[in-house]
Amino acid sequence: MKKELTIFDNPRNVKRLRMGFFVVLVLLLIAESFVEMHGYFSVEHFYGFYAVYGFISYVLLIFAAKVLRKIIMRKEDYYDH
Amino acid sequence: MITNMPPPALIFILGAVLIPFIRGKAKAVYMLALPVVVFITLLNLPLGNSWIVEFWGYELILGRVDKLSLVFAYVFTIMAFLGVLFALHVKDNLQHVSGIVYVGSTLGVVLAGDFLSLYLFWEIMAVASTFLIIASRTKESREAGFRYILIHLIGGLFLLAGIVLYIQKTGTIAFDYIGLTGIESYLIFIGIALNAAAIPLHAWLPDAYPMGTPTSTVFLSAFTTKSAVYLLIRTFPGADILLVIGGLMVSLPIFYAVLENDIRRVLSYSLMNQVGFMLVGIGIGSELALNGAVAHAFCHIIYKALLFMAAGSVLQMTGKIKCTEIGGLYKTMPLTCLFCMVGAASISAFPLFSGFVSKSMIISASGHEQIFLIWLVLQFASTGVVDHAGIKVPFFTFFGHDSGIRAKEPPLNMLLAMGIAAALCVGLGVFYQPLYNLLPFPVHYEPYTGGHVVGQLQLLMFGALAFTLLILSGYYVPEVRSKNLDADWTYRKFGRFAYKVLDKGLNSLNRVSEGVLMGAVKGVVSFFKSATANVALFVSVNIWLALGYRDKRLEIKKNQLYNDIIEGTLPIGIGAAIAISFILLVYILT
Repeated sequence: MKKELTIFDNPRNVKRLRMGFFVVLVLLLIAESFVEMHGYFSVEHFYGFYAVYGFISYVLLIFAAKVLRKIIMRKEDYYDH
Repeated sequence: MITNMPPPALIFILGAVLIPFIRGKAKAVYMLALPVVVFITLLNLPLGNSWIVEFWGYELILGRVDKLSLVFAYVFTIMAFLGVLFALHVKDNLQHVSGIVYVGSTLGVVLAGDFLSLYLFWEIMAVASTFLIIASRTKESREAGFRYILIHLIGGLFLLAGIVLYIQKTGTIAFDYIGLTGIESYLIFIGIALNAAAIPLHAWLPDAYPMGTPTSTVFLSAFTTKSAVYLLIRTFPGADILLVIGGLMVSLPIFYAVLENDIRRVLSYSLMNQVGFMLVGIGIGSELALNGAVAHAFCHIIYKALLFMAAGSVLQMTGKIKCTEIGGLYKTMPLTCLFCMVGAASISAFPLFSGFVSKSMIISASGHEQIFLIWLVLQFASTGVVDHAGIKVPFFTFFGHDSGIRAKEPPLNMLLAMGIAAALCVGLGVFYQPLYNLLPFPVHYEPYTGGHVVGQLQLLMFGALAFTLLILSGYYVPEVRSKNLDADWTYRKFGRFAYKVLDKGLNSLNRVSEGVLMGAVKGVVSFFKSATANVALFVSVNIWLALGYRDKRLEIKKNQLYNDIIEGTLPIGIGAAIAISFILLVYILT
C-alpha cells in the first residue's frame, strides 16, 4: 500500500495554515506604508485600496453568481431531449 | 539553408502523415522530434518573407517572419512539444495525427502573409480540431463536435466573404493592418473574433472543449483562440470595439466559472476570461498594451495548458472531473496537485509566476491611457480569476471534501509535461527579460516595483480571505450538478423551439404541398445519406478484414462508422480536403 499524505486531516495543521494566512494579510497591510504606491488613479492612494477592492469584488462576485444561478441553472440533461 | 526546408506548417502537416506507420519507441521519438525540428527552423529564419509561391497569378507568402509572428510561432511550437509529450502514452493515432495537423495549420495561420494561404490553414485548423473533440468517441462529444464544426464553418464563411471583398477592393491578397473601415473589414473581423471566442460568438468554446479526451483538450486550449488573438493584433490593433468585447469577456465568464461543476468547463470559461485580457490590450492599442497582449498570450498558453493537463490527469486517473465527484486527491496525487497549484498561481498573476509579468502590462496600459472603467473591470476580473482558477480548481479537486478516491499519479510522460510547463511558468515569472526581448515593441516596463507587488498581493490575498470567510460560514456557492444556460441555448433550444412554432403555426397551410415536396426530398436525401455510408462501409470493411478484424470487433466498427456518417458527425472540410481525407483514413483504420 502506497502511503498517503494526510497533513490536512489534522485540524491543528489546518488551523496553523489559517493563522499563517492571517499573519500574511496583516503584514501586507503594514508593508504598504513602506512602499510607494505610485498609481495611475487617485483611488490607489487610499490606504489599503487594493485589499478592500479585492475583498469586496470577491464577495460581490460570489453573491451575484448565486443570483445568476437562479436564472440560468437547469438540470444536467437539459439538452438531451 | 533554412529556406530549403519546407515551411514549419508543412513540416508538421506532412510529418503527421507518417505517424500511423511508426510503432513503439520510434514513434514517440519521431513525434517529439517534429516540434524540435520546427523550433530549430524558426530559430534560423531570417526576418522578412520566405517561401513565396506563385499561385494563379497571386503570390502566396507562407513565411511572413517578423517579431510578432515569431513570438507566437515560438510559443505554439513549445506548446506542441508539451502537448505531444503529455499525450505520448495514448494509443490512438487519430489524436496524434489530428493534433499535429492542428499545430501545423496554426503555424500556417501565424506565418501566412497573404489571405489565401491564411484561409486554407484556417479551415484545416477548424477541421483538425474537430477530430480532437470527437476523439472521446462518446455521443456527447460527437454532438458537441458537430456543433463546433458548424459554427466554425460559418465563421470561416464570414472570413472568406471578407477576404473576397478585400481582394476586390485592394487588388492584393497580401494583408497587414486593416482597421475597421468598410464592410469587408467587419466581415473579416467577425470571422477572426469568432475564433477568439469573442462574446457573443463564444458559446462553442465551453460547449466543445470539455468534451475532448484528457489529452486532446490540452491541444485545444492553446491554438485556435490565440492564433485569432495574433491576427487581431496584426489586423485590428486599437479597435475600440475590442475594449467592449474584452471588458465583457474578462467579467461575464467568471460568473459562469464560479457556478460550473465540471472542472474542464470552469477552465474553458477561465480561458475566455484570459483571452478577454488580451482583447482589451489589443483594443487599447498602445505599444505597452500590445506588448502586454502578446506577452500574456505567451504565458497564458503555457499555464492554461498546465491547468488542463492537471485536469486531464485527474480525469484519466479517476474517470471523474466534476467538483461534486472529486476532492481530497492531494493525498495520492501530490505532484499533480503541486503542478496544478503552480498553474493556478500563474493564472492568478502571483508575483514570481508568469501571469504577473504579462497581465500587469495590460492593466498598467489601461492606467497609462487613463481608461478608469476598464482598469476597474480588469482589477475586478483579476479577483475573479483568483476565485475560479486560483482557488476553486485546485481546492475542489485536490482538497475540499474527501471523495474517498485514491487515484495514483498519472504516467511519467504526463508528469514530465506538467513539470516542464510548471518550470516554464516559474521561469517566465522570475526571468522575464528574455520574454520581454521577444515582444514586438521595445519594452520599458518593470513589473517588480514595491508598490505593484504589494498592491497585487493585497488584491489576491484579501480575495482569498473573502473565500475563506465565505466557505467557513457556508455562504460560498455550493457545488451542484447542473447545466448552466449560455448563448449556445439560441441554437440548441430556441432554434428547435422556433422551428416547432413555425411548424405548428404556418405549416398547416403548407402541409399538403410540403408533404409532396418533403417526400421527394427525403427520398433523395436518404438515398445519398445511405449511399455515402454504404460506400464508406464497403471500403473500410474490406480494409478492416485485411487488417484481421473479425466478428464482434468488426460489428462494433461498422456500427460506429455508420452512425458517424448518418448523424453527419464526420465533418468534411471545405478548404482542406487533402489533409482531412488523410485524417479520415486514420479515423477509419483505428
